[in-house]
Amino acid sequence: MKARITVTLKNGVLDPQGRAIANALHSLGFGGVEDVRQGKLIEVELKAADEAAAKTELDAMCRQLLANPVIENYRVELL
Amino acid sequence: MKAAVIVFPGSNCDRDAAVTLEAVTGVKPAMVWHGDEALPKVDLIVLPGGFSYGDYLRSGAMAAQSPVVRAVKAEAARGVAVLGICNGFQILTETGLLPGALMRNSGLNFICRNVDLTVERADTTFTNAYTQGERVTIPIAHKDGSYFADDETLDRIEGEGQVVFRYAPDADGGSGNPNGSRRDIAGLIDRSGRIMGLMPHPERAADAALGGIDGRRLFESLTRTLN
Repeated sequence: MKARITVTLKNGVLDPQGRAIANALHSLGFGGVEDVRQGKLIEVELKAADEAAAKTELDAMCRQLLANPVIENYRVELL
Repeated sequence: MKAAVIVFPGSNCDRDAAVTLEAVTGVKPAMVWHGDEALPKVDLIVLPGGFSYGDYLRSGAMAAQSPVVRAVKAEAARGVAVLGICNGFQILTETGLLPGALMRNSGLNFICRNVDLTVERADTTFTNAYTQGERVTIPIAHKDGSYFADDETLDRIEGEGQVVFRYAPDADGGSGNPNGSRRDIAGLIDRSGRIMGLMPHPERAADAALGGIDGRRLFESLTRTLN
C-alpha cells in the first residue's frame, strides 16, 4: 500500500522559508502572490491488513515522528 | 560530579563538552554512543551540540527516538540532571522533556558568533554561580534556533519561571535577538528544575585562551549542586 503524508506548519507559526520564496516569486514578476507556506511531502510504502489498519498505523507514525504537533499539522492519504 | 556525554552520529560538540566538564570537575565524563540502551550511573547527562543524524526530518527528531534517548528519559524521570546544548536543546524539545520547538532562524542564515544573554534565573541547578539579571557573552552556532511555543505555553513557562536565559538587548537599543525566538528565549528549564536546554554554547566559552569564560560558571554551578 502507498500513502502520501503532507506536513504543513500550523497557522500562526512563522515560516521564514515560505516568506523568502514569496519574495523570490515577487522579484520574478508574480506580483499576485500574497503568501507562501512551505511544507513537507512524505511517501510511505507499507504492508497493512486493510485501509483502516494502514491509516491507524500512519497516524501513529505522524504523531510519533513524522510531524511535530507543537508546530505542524499533517494529512494522510492512501494512494 | 560524574557526567555522561551522549555521542550521536553527527554530534560535533561532544568533545568540547567533555574537555570543559573535565576541566571544571576534574573527572573525565563517560562518552555514551547513541545505540547504547543503558547509561552508566551519573549525576549529569549532557546532550551535546551538532547535527545528530544529519538533522534529517527536523533537527533533533531522529535523536529523540534513539535507544540512548529512551535511557536518558528514564534517568531524567529518576531525577538525574540533563543539559541539552544547541542540538541537545532541539532533542529535548523533540522528546517533549522541554516545551516548544526550535525552528529555522528568522533570517534563514546559520549564525556563528558571540551573543549577549541575560541570566533570568540564578537560583537553578545549572546557573547558581551567576547573578540574577547579569549579562553574559556566550557564542551561538545554529540555523534552527528560533524558539517557538504558542502564547498559552509561553505565558505558562514564563509564569512558572522556566526561562533561564534570554537574548539581551543590544547596547544601541536593538532587540539583540539573533534568530527570531519568541520572547527572546535562549534557554529553558523544566518544571522539576533538573532538565535544561539552551541554544548558546557555554562549553565553548569556558577557557580564556578560547575567547571567553562566561560559560564556565554553568558547569561550576552543576558541580556545586550535584557534588
